[in-house]
Amino acid sequence: MDTLAEPQAVEAPARSPAPSQALVRVEDVVKHFPARLGASVKAVDGVSFHIARGECLGLVGESGCGKSTLGRLVAQLLPVTSGHVYFKDIDLTRLRGEKLRRQRREFQMIFQDPFASLDPRMTVGDIIAEPIDNFGVARGRTRNERVQELLRIVGLNPNFNNRYPHEFSGGQRQRIGVARALSVNPSLVICDEPISALDVSIQGQIINLLQDLQQQFDLTYLFIAHDLAVVRHISHRVMVMYLGKIVEIADSALIYRDPRHPYSAALLSAIPVPDPKVERHRKLIQLEGEIPSPINPPSGCRFHTRCPIAQSICSEVEPPLEQKAPHHWSACHFSDQVGSVAPWARG
Amino acid sequence: MTAPLLEVKDLHTQFFTDSGVVQAVNGISFDLREGESLGIVGESGCGKSVTALSIMGLVPEPGRVTRGEIRFRGEDLLRMPHEAVREIRGRDIAMIFQDPLSSLNPVLKNGFQIEEAMLAHRHLSRRQTGVRAVELLKTVRVPAPAERAKDYPHQLSGGMRQRTMIAMGLANEPAILIADEPTTALDVTVQAQILELLRDLNQEMNTAIIMITHNLGVVAGLCSRVIVMYAGQIVEEGPVDEIFDRPKHPYTWALLRSVPRVDAVQHERLRSIEGLPPDLISPPAGCRFHPRCPFRIDRCFRVEPPLEDMSPGHRAACWVTMDRAYAEMGAGELLDVRPGAASGVYDVGDGHVG
Repeated sequence: MDTLAEPQAVEAPARSPAPSQALVRVEDVVKHFPARLGASVKAVDGVSFHIARGECLGLVGESGCGKSTLGRLVAQLLPVTSGHVYFKDIDLTRLRGEKLRRQRREFQMIFQDPFASLDPRMTVGDIIAEPIDNFGVARGRTRNERVQELLRIVGLNPNFNNRYPHEFSGGQRQRIGVARALSVNPSLVICDEPISALDVSIQGQIINLLQDLQQQFDLTYLFIAHDLAVVRHISHRVMVMYLGKIVEIADSALIYRDPRHPYSAALLSAIPVPDPKVERHRKLIQLEGEIPSPINPPSGCRFHTRCPIAQSICSEVEPPLEQKAPHHWSACHFSDQVGSVAPWARG
Repeated sequence: MTAPLLEVKDLHTQFFTDSGVVQAVNGISFDLREGESLGIVGESGCGKSVTALSIMGLVPEPGRVTRGEIRFRGEDLLRMPHEAVREIRGRDIAMIFQDPLSSLNPVLKNGFQIEEAMLAHRHLSRRQTGVRAVELLKTVRVPAPAERAKDYPHQLSGGMRQRTMIAMGLANEPAILIADEPTTALDVTVQAQILELLRDLNQEMNTAIIMITHNLGVVAGLCSRVIVMYAGQIVEEGPVDEIFDRPKHPYTWALLRSVPRVDAVQHERLRSIEGLPPDLISPPAGCRFHPRCPFRIDRCFRVEPPLEDMSPGHRAACWVTMDRAYAEMGAGELLDVRPGAASGVYDVGDGHVG
């Protein structure tokens, strides 16, 4: 099925575990944005992965790592510079105009800011029905009934369809965003930091809602976030990005217990845990310096300039993303030396 | 035990808006001791930031402190002559904010912004302040501090800007540093560095820290004592170990178990608190948490519970307390309790949300 045979094995995750079940296959996708003086920002620089049907794939990384850009590439809200995004084995990057538009019904997006992502001058009913209208899914009474049903599904009063976004709190607005995404029965929902703008107690409500809906409607999620605790909770597998590259993909239990990339380990070691006893024994892996510029990324492994275990090969040869253990892929020459570093790993 | 460095007594701060009087901070009292690190946690609108702004005298219009005392080394800042208060604020009590980019002046060099804080409060020459600004940047671990002092804020990363802010805050060696969500806008690895820096400043320079945050993990790592606020009031206060281990107030209990933890076994569902915090223009009668509280009794609807001592140094404002909930239900049954679930709280009621 997979005809690509790259010698560097960068396609490996696309072949695992069962590409036939993959709803989405991303192959060697690159996105460069033009910068000044003919330079380019290498936001996403050759990534390959798949999302299986019904799974929640978490995508984590720090500001500027390219995770939001990657989410938009999967949703085809941005055109790729090169590479392919297959959705149900259709190459979305080859589709244009009406053909692409018709596919879009299948993948919807939930955005971070529940204030900026809802038009303040539209009623909640019209906001939720906009995709329904765009794709001509329903009209008149059926349309309005569908809107009320969606409001009920996301836990809002169905009679609120004539109200405006400003009448709702942040958490309620995010529910409206979820209802809009679900209105056309998509198979894939790309959640870009859907809870980072919300309060702690509200975050839990939205996460539970997203999990319930996933089961109820058989949804597949790409869940982008910087909060690793939330990602661990909701995701089946987790993918870590650094400077436009995927550095690690693994089942979420595995990656948290036994990270195989020093960057993932550093991220994990930095998360504050709400338990003073755990905090007192924290072993923070201090990263040197700051994230280098994506205009001119470091040679070899992009993480070598800050890596605590880097050796000379790391600045020369880029490590491919390889399978290191069952369900565990990492792009590091010395992945077996990462060890168990998470502050709670001591048991 | 030494006398408190800062004493807040019965503080009320209100905002006089067109829709009514918002009781943002409603009668809170607490102490801060020399060199202590105190956390104030709560969600948006609980009054934690307004408390900090009240201490700093920075409450924005249409808000003002309407009642209470804020005593620094025994003297009430609210009743001091304006000039005397100005001397204390910025020198003895400094504050750093969440967003360093909007708190730094974009057209002034980083070094000069640190010097400004010194020039306002100390009799030093520009030469002296210039040297000291570079020293301070070094203290907050900015690499190549002399060069960075000559840069403008936009040339720094988010983490370096926050360090510059901290350097400004430290310029006059304050006794108290109030940090209002200083790491919320930062990435997790940078956050860890800033927290480590604050921990060292607290321990090495004996600067008392008030850490205002919604992040329970940040408090667990940095603070020795914590205040939990809900709807403008303190609901619980005590040593971090006790509060995190055995919370007495149902809100603290519910908040602690609602956050997913990286180090915990994955649960099927998060145990979220349903519903919303109350509208502070017309807060509920009795205990302000009662509409979302799974353990409420009749009295909670009518009578406001006072903040009472539970054990030495540990106070909570609750008629029931978690001790009784544990005794009556047991830990197993408590697991299934869903705060706020029964009260139809998804509805926005009159459509107004605070």
